[in-house]
Amino acid sequence: MADKKKCAAEVVSQKLVSEGIYSMWLSFPERQDIAATAVPGQFLSLYCKDGSRLLPRPISICEIDREEGRIRIVYRVVGRGTEEFSKLTAGDTVAVVGPLGNGFTVHEGRSILIGGGIGIPPMLELAKSIPGEVSVVLGYRDSDLFLKEEFEPYAAVYVSTEDGSVGTKGNVIDAILEQGLDADVIYACGPLPMLRGVKDYAAKKGIPAQISMEEKMACGIGACLACVCQSKERDAHSNVGNKRVCKDGPVFDAQEIEL
Amino acid sequence: MNLAIDFAGVAMKNPVTTASGTFGSGAEYSEFVDLGELGAVTTKGVANVPWPGNPTPRICETYGGMLNAIGLQNPGIDLFIERDIPFLRKYDTRIIVNVCGRTPEEYVEVVRRLGTEDVDLLEINISCPNVEAGGLAFGQDPKLVEKITSQIKDAAKQPVIMKLSPNVTDIVQVAQAAEAGGADAVSLINTLTGMKIDISRRTFALANKTGGLSGPAVKPVAVRMVYQTAQAVKIPVLGMGGICTAEDALEFIMAGASMVAVGTANFHNPSATVDIIRGIEAFMRENQVEDIRELIGCVR
Repeated sequence: MADKKKCAAEVVSQKLVSEGIYSMWLSFPERQDIAATAVPGQFLSLYCKDGSRLLPRPISICEIDREEGRIRIVYRVVGRGTEEFSKLTAGDTVAVVGPLGNGFTVHEGRSILIGGGIGIPPMLELAKSIPGEVSVVLGYRDSDLFLKEEFEPYAAVYVSTEDGSVGTKGNVIDAILEQGLDADVIYACGPLPMLRGVKDYAAKKGIPAQISMEEKMACGIGACLACVCQSKERDAHSNVGNKRVCKDGPVFDAQEIEL
Repeated sequence: MNLAIDFAGVAMKNPVTTASGTFGSGAEYSEFVDLGELGAVTTKGVANVPWPGNPTPRICETYGGMLNAIGLQNPGIDLFIERDIPFLRKYDTRIIVNVCGRTPEEYVEVVRRLGTEDVDLLEINISCPNVEAGGLAFGQDPKLVEKITSQIKDAAKQPVIMKLSPNVTDIVQVAQAAEAGGADAVSLINTLTGMKIDISRRTFALANKTGGLSGPAVKPVAVRMVYQTAQAVKIPVLGMGGICTAEDALEFIMAGASMVAVGTANFHNPSATVDIIRGIEAFMRENQVEDIRELIGCVR
């Protein structure tokens, strides 16, 4: 069914939450289904107005307000495209497609949610919606602990910092070990070295881990094969063991992906 | 008002198709556009066996365009025949299968396999800048182009479109070589070989170092090459290179393209193909053009 469409989202609010990191709430006057169907771990493709920048920017969903039909994204300015988005203010519009990709699959039992750097935002909606005993482990570079307070109503929150200024000095796995955290399932989003650590830790403990991957994308919908990652098994779509991060992911079972 | 055309002996409801590699085999974009509205769907290149493609990053954005070095990742002809052709056949559109290979024998093997399949045209990629063997190696030498074209024509049961590279000194010579080899049509342009440096990491933006430039940045080069080619050969020309709007498509048509392909624009607007078809209709209505064929090559 050809019922998906690039549409105009309206900026409800935008604010700076940390150096170079912005939080923006979007509403979708043309498409009620976007917020209604979105799940944690999925992303939106945002398009620039400047015609010299053609490709959509995939940005993960931080929070979903289904009642108001709104979605929040929290993103870092890394180039001219995200810089353009950061200048938008309430009432402005931005073209979007979404929600895209496969989100986290929630399991019963005790869970650890791990976010590193700009991989922290997508864990917030998951923390809000996940049942059972939840621990959240957030990895930061330094004492700039963006979004940390927003997790606190929903979970026990632990922090690691690279410079040791707050919480455990080191990475998120160091924090898990120091706190003696235990779980039946792990959910994680963050930089590649962190995901490797999570994958190894989960394998050693024999617990399932879902990780959200990132790769440079062009189409964002699974057609162009730009954003592939290597899977352990030859997958049905590519026939060569190249999973599409945008379409088959971005959330994968950690043990099925070669990192 | 008539948008229908005949392209290399195949009747098309309109002159708009997709550029190979930007549209998969249509499944993903079928959620955004009714594939039955397109004149044809041109599939991503398929080889005799599955190809894994290049390491990532495979793409990067450039001013008004993008570089890609996917490396012709494809699932191989067996799975393509089993899955992709039946999928596309559900739609009232023509199927153009893009074929890639490393050696003449590999191209011929795929072409033979497709001979018994329900597809309408073959497009032969002798111009991919992102694979070491095959591809561009064939497309830059007119003698090799003529030879491989005639080998493929001997094996083919469907009309053959040779896809040409812009990375040549004289596109006319290559187009004429394809025609001399028996090609039923030519398509152009494939991407222009380019490079981007990531200055913060002091390395190449693409793992493959070089990639193919596409998007609106290449359009004037493409229009010029389509014009030169259409002037020089009798076989029809499928024009592409940076088409984002109906106006862009009409430039190619007026320059001599009987059909046009929409590529990188799909990434910017997943409905670009049908938006362009509607835009061409609107242009014809506004300008009292009864038949699209009046516009093909009208600028000389």
